[in-house]
Amino acid sequence: MSFDWSPVFLSLKLAAVTTVVLLIVGTPIAWKLARMRHWIKQPLVSLVALPLVLPPTVLGFYLLLVLAPNGPVGQVVKSLGLGTIPFTFTGLVIASVFYSLPFAVQPLQNAFEGLGDRPLEVASTLRASPLDRFFTVVVPLARPGFLTAAVLAFAHTIGEFGVVLMIGGNIPGRTKVLSVAIYDHVETLEYGQAHLLSAGMLVFAFTVLLTLYAVNGRATFTEKP
Amino acid sequence: MGILSGLAKRSATAFTLAAALLPATIVHADEVSIAVAANFTDAMRDIATEFETATGHKAVVSYASTGKIYAQIENGAPFEVFLAADAVRPEKAEAEGLAVPDTRFTYATGKLTLWSASDDLFSDGEAFLKSGAFGHVAIANPKTAPYGAAAQQVLAHMGLWEPFSDRIVRGDTIAQAFQFVASGNADAGFVATSQVKALPPESGTGWDVPTSYYEPIVQQAVLLKKGENNPAALSFLEFLKGDTAHDIVTSYGYGVE
Repeated sequence: MSFDWSPVFLSLKLAAVTTVVLLIVGTPIAWKLARMRHWIKQPLVSLVALPLVLPPTVLGFYLLLVLAPNGPVGQVVKSLGLGTIPFTFTGLVIASVFYSLPFAVQPLQNAFEGLGDRPLEVASTLRASPLDRFFTVVVPLARPGFLTAAVLAFAHTIGEFGVVLMIGGNIPGRTKVLSVAIYDHVETLEYGQAHLLSAGMLVFAFTVLLTLYAVNGRATFTEKP
Repeated sequence: MGILSGLAKRSATAFTLAAALLPATIVHADEVSIAVAANFTDAMRDIATEFETATGHKAVVSYASTGKIYAQIENGAPFEVFLAADAVRPEKAEAEGLAVPDTRFTYATGKLTLWSASDDLFSDGEAFLKSGAFGHVAIANPKTAPYGAAAQQVLAHMGLWEPFSDRIVRGDTIAQAFQFVASGNADAGFVATSQVKALPPESGTGWDVPTSYYEPIVQQAVLLKKGENNPAALSFLEFLKGDTAHDIVTSYGYGVE
């Protein structure tokens, strides 16, 4: 019986793309939140943290409504002639970005807040522009935060299930990710395949976390002033 | 103190009298735990209401895909009656000693409909599918839902299973497949005729798939070992064979033997 490995590759691809998007989108969000002194900071922080607490089915439900051809976003997409978003890889990326948002933003925000104002003030007295300050001072100092954000976002997306079950449509090679494949195998009593995928996932997850904590531990040790 | 104990004695007497006068059926009402294949949801709701009114027993119903229910039963789920969407799973349950022998029977024959939430989307369902003029078509997961397996047979019969494989969306159950179509996310889908029957008439566009395109969907019910000595379970299966249940079943577009 040939074993279908496409869910594994699909999950890895989804997690990788989501992580890249989250680093690009999450960094400015985390930076703004870290530097904000306005009262609106706490409501915004809570908003970003919502996916931590909400059942994934809630996220899946609202995405289904919003992205449907009759929904607000779906109508815009349809009028642009781009087809539909649910049941596509793009749809999964969008869902995963929301689902893993706090896992990327919070470590970054904590890292930025941990820097304090001093390094930036010193850099600006040395005539560094804001962009220069960010890339030459903030980013290297916040490296552990970036690493944590990337790894957590990646690992969390690999484990995504509830949201995918609701808006994925279980299309092999397109939206049938690892967690859904395992669920399918268990439902049809194909425990051998379920074991193979689950044990593999377990080993992978452990290795990823081990690497994260090992590298981060070293980084913190060398970077402390 | 004397007054209170007198009151208590009189209340106790009154209560005992009232309890003794209650009809026997209410005192002996039992609960039956029934697992039902998702396609039968609407019909089952009506049947359960009629059953409870007629017998005083209570029906506690769970809905899921046939395959999922079967896997749960194999792993010890506390269901007492199983209403599948095929004959294969009840037969397996009987063979594996999970069901009581000689209690299996066909309670409905399922029909497949190609349906879209958009009005006037097509006049000939087969031509519409072959033209490929759709984004996604939804079916139930063929591995766990007999209606999904039937849909796969239909698509294979039309030679469309392979070419359109990345446009065929699989719902966890026929209920989710229907939801995909009803919400407009899938342009059309293979759903149970009973699901379309439950909607207001003339909703969307439908095509009743010729029965020659798929293996008959023979839906069988069986008494599970856990319900062997439950009078409510036995009562329900008898009710399901009766005229009231048959009328409800046919009104939802199923065939009845």
